[in-house]
Amino acid sequence: MMTIRKLGYGATRAALAISALSSTGLALAAGNKNVTDLPGGPRVLGVNFQPPVTEIARQQNELHYWMLIVCTVIFVVVFGFMFYSIVKHRKSVGHKAANFHESTAVEIAWTVVPFIIVILMGAFATRTVVAMKDTTGADLTIKATGYQWKWGYDYIKGEGEGLGFISTLDTAQRDLSEKATPEGNDYLLKVDNPLVVPVGKKVRIITTADDVIHSWSVPAFGVKQDAIPGFVRDAWFLADKTGSYYGMCSELCGKEHAFMPIRVDVLSAADYTAWVDKQKKALAAAADDPKKVWELGPLQARGEKVYLANCAVCHRPDGKGAGPVKPLDASPVVNDKDPNAQILTVLHGRVPQGMPAWQGKLSETDIAAAITYTKNSWSNHTGQLVQPADVVADEAK
Amino acid sequence: MSAVLPHPIDHGHDHDHDHAHGHPVGWRRWVFATNHKDIGTLYLLFAFTMFLVGGTLALLIRLELFQPGLQFFNPELFNQFTTMHGLIMVFGAIMPAFVGFANWMIPMQIGAADMAFARMNNLSFWLLIPAAIMLVLGFFMPGGAPAAGWTLYAPLTLQMGMSMDSSIFALHIMGASSIMGSINIIVTILNMRAPGMTLMKMPMFVWTWLITAYLLIAVMPVLAGAITMTLTDRHFHTSFFNPGGGGDPVMYQHVFWFFGHPEVYIMILPAFGIVSQVVPAFSRKRLFGYTSMVYATSSIAILSFIVWAHHMYTTGMPVTGQLFFMYATMLISVPTGVKVFNWLATMWRGSMTFEAPMLWAVGFIFVFTMGGFTGLICSMAPIDIQLQDTYYVVAHFHYVLVAGSLFGMFSGFYYWAPKWTGVMYSEFHGKMHFWLSLVTFNVTFFPMHFLGLAGMPRRVADYPMQFADFNALASVGGLCFGLSQVYFLLFVVIPVMRGKGEPAPQRPWEGAEGLEWEVPSPAPWHTFETPPQLDRTATKVIG
Repeated sequence: MMTIRKLGYGATRAALAISALSSTGLALAAGNKNVTDLPGGPRVLGVNFQPPVTEIARQQNELHYWMLIVCTVIFVVVFGFMFYSIVKHRKSVGHKAANFHESTAVEIAWTVVPFIIVILMGAFATRTVVAMKDTTGADLTIKATGYQWKWGYDYIKGEGEGLGFISTLDTAQRDLSEKATPEGNDYLLKVDNPLVVPVGKKVRIITTADDVIHSWSVPAFGVKQDAIPGFVRDAWFLADKTGSYYGMCSELCGKEHAFMPIRVDVLSAADYTAWVDKQKKALAAAADDPKKVWELGPLQARGEKVYLANCAVCHRPDGKGAGPVKPLDASPVVNDKDPNAQILTVLHGRVPQGMPAWQGKLSETDIAAAITYTKNSWSNHTGQLVQPADVVADEAK
Repeated sequence: MSAVLPHPIDHGHDHDHDHAHGHPVGWRRWVFATNHKDIGTLYLLFAFTMFLVGGTLALLIRLELFQPGLQFFNPELFNQFTTMHGLIMVFGAIMPAFVGFANWMIPMQIGAADMAFARMNNLSFWLLIPAAIMLVLGFFMPGGAPAAGWTLYAPLTLQMGMSMDSSIFALHIMGASSIMGSINIIVTILNMRAPGMTLMKMPMFVWTWLITAYLLIAVMPVLAGAITMTLTDRHFHTSFFNPGGGGDPVMYQHVFWFFGHPEVYIMILPAFGIVSQVVPAFSRKRLFGYTSMVYATSSIAILSFIVWAHHMYTTGMPVTGQLFFMYATMLISVPTGVKVFNWLATMWRGSMTFEAPMLWAVGFIFVFTMGGFTGLICSMAPIDIQLQDTYYVVAHFHYVLVAGSLFGMFSGFYYWAPKWTGVMYSEFHGKMHFWLSLVTFNVTFFPMHFLGLAGMPRRVADYPMQFADFNALASVGGLCFGLSQVYFLLFVVIPVMRGKGEPAPQRPWEGAEGLEWEVPSPAPWHTFETPPQLDRTATKVIG
């Protein structure tokens, strides 16, 4: 197996070199001269799997090399016959047609031989299938929830239990995409809060979703598991190298499907412990008292952050909305003296029209902050302040 | 004189009783068509039109993906393009085109006067027009066309606008049309063969269509069920697939792919049939292993019912489920391999010439087999975990559907067009069309294997910069492939439809056998009005 792997990597490198030479001109045409490989993510002119960092991904690689070799050999032999025949058995070189048209022995042979080959293929793959599905004995269990269009991570069991956060595409990336000015090696892969796990520990990922089906995928780990609303599924990985690893949502989930990446930071045991401590402290510090009474300035500042991270995807940063998405700028509901209609809309959503319900996803303070921000931004100058307590009151309704 | 366009009475055959029936003329000839050849022509023209519409959508997709960043379309519109491209190509182009071939060729190949149910035949075709209009008009409805992918996975379909409903209705109508067409084909083949044309003497194209028609009848109602449940989930508060009410989104996928996988073979088996006729004709040698070809086709059809969940390895099946579907899927490569080996054995020690039909058939075998190998690679569950929903899958199914179904149809077109139109197409343009298509097809789709292996998901409107080069290459290739088909329209299809070209002899191909070559070119409006007497091989009329 080892030799096969080396041979495969050699072949890959050769193919890479050839394609790099031949497509230099093309690379210029595509205007991405400054892009280089992203470690743990895609490579420029990558023609093969991303380098594996788990045993499962390595086995997938090996199986793929074996399949490539077997398929190439069959292909060369079979089409060797075909092209020999095409050259030699043509009318223009005076070849006369033979008159045979059946042979039971030959038919049996070319049924039985491929049958044996596929049985061997199946036998080789079985070990990996069984290993892939064995999610028992995990050191750390994390729930990954797919939302339109972000990932929520909750540390369920193991070191870091109780942590939880949302992981979203860096907002600047979406703007670069919209303006068609992409840049950077981690374009569309940069997230605000990566998932963090320790190296050398078995991590079980439980997937589910809140709205539609998403798929949690990290190629370097050899993991791709659909996240299905109403159901839980699981997968596992044990990364044996520290670093950042990237993936993208791999099931069509609506308009921002291309913009919900996955980044996993694999840390050493000590670094991971330090990260968990820091997170726990930050969590305690950030815990909001929904009874706190806020001033307009700080609440608006916080609201801007909440708005940009959660609302701006659809309502746009300028509050003008787009297509079926309602504008908030100059909206009668937003400018209404009575804030309750807007609070209820944010809490319960307008699901048929695409506005999700935010109750439980954002804290009362965040919802109050976002609403306050919309009431005092762009051409909206209501001067109104919505306190977390107002949201709590409406939640009871 | 062409059988395609001029008025049928102009043919001047002394079928006096035809006049007594009073042929519809002008537009009535087509709207009230009951003649299998006219209906075949309608199907083929409709399918080619939809092929150009679907192809335009494909080029818009490639335009957006030419460079990273959103240059032209917002992601919602992009998703509408990918969805409609798939729906239009599958239900509007490939399936009707093969029914067109069936209408033209099956009665002539089995020595029947027409299809069994001539008026139902008319209805099967004309139902497609409102369905296609309803499908395409989705773009102009509030919220735009459906954007949930051609597989229409729940619960994303619950978020779509009203075009989702019109598309579901369109698919219902197209399904009804397919089922009627299939009933017609089965009844025609089983009841109307000329005396002496036993089942095991039927041409391979007839055999593959007989099996395809059974597949269609078995699975089109399954699709209808899946989309009807989607419809009631959308409007009548049922919860078949809606997790909000306790429904199971994965159940949709099971039902859909129980239809979807046999559907894959519905789209390829008739192409196998065409190639099985073209290869012997141009090798001047009988088809090798006719019996095993029939058995292999039947085995593929039967196996196609027990492999559906290989589209769903990443949904999280239990380990035994993954193993079963992996083994069953790998098994399909055995009968498929038998077919390829039989074609090669037919060519072996033949006396081959390479006119356009043969070029397309050999191109089919070569490129389709590559799609077969990537299919084998995808069948292996651990590898598929990496490849599922990436561009590798896009490459794979375009190798089997474009290089498979479409190349097979081109082969059939060049093979039979002289019989249909009465003129020879330009061999030069036919060969140009082939080489242009073969090269540009591979430039478009081969790099997609690399993109998929490197981790680029499918159905994304924008992608990381590292994927830029191969995407640019694929876009350039895609544009050239599209232009090659415009070339085909301008330099091959339109000239032969206008009757320009050398008059075609009754037997334009030296080695071709079968009853279609026993009638003049162009085929008269009515053929085999009385059952012909056949020779022992059922390939020649002796009285």
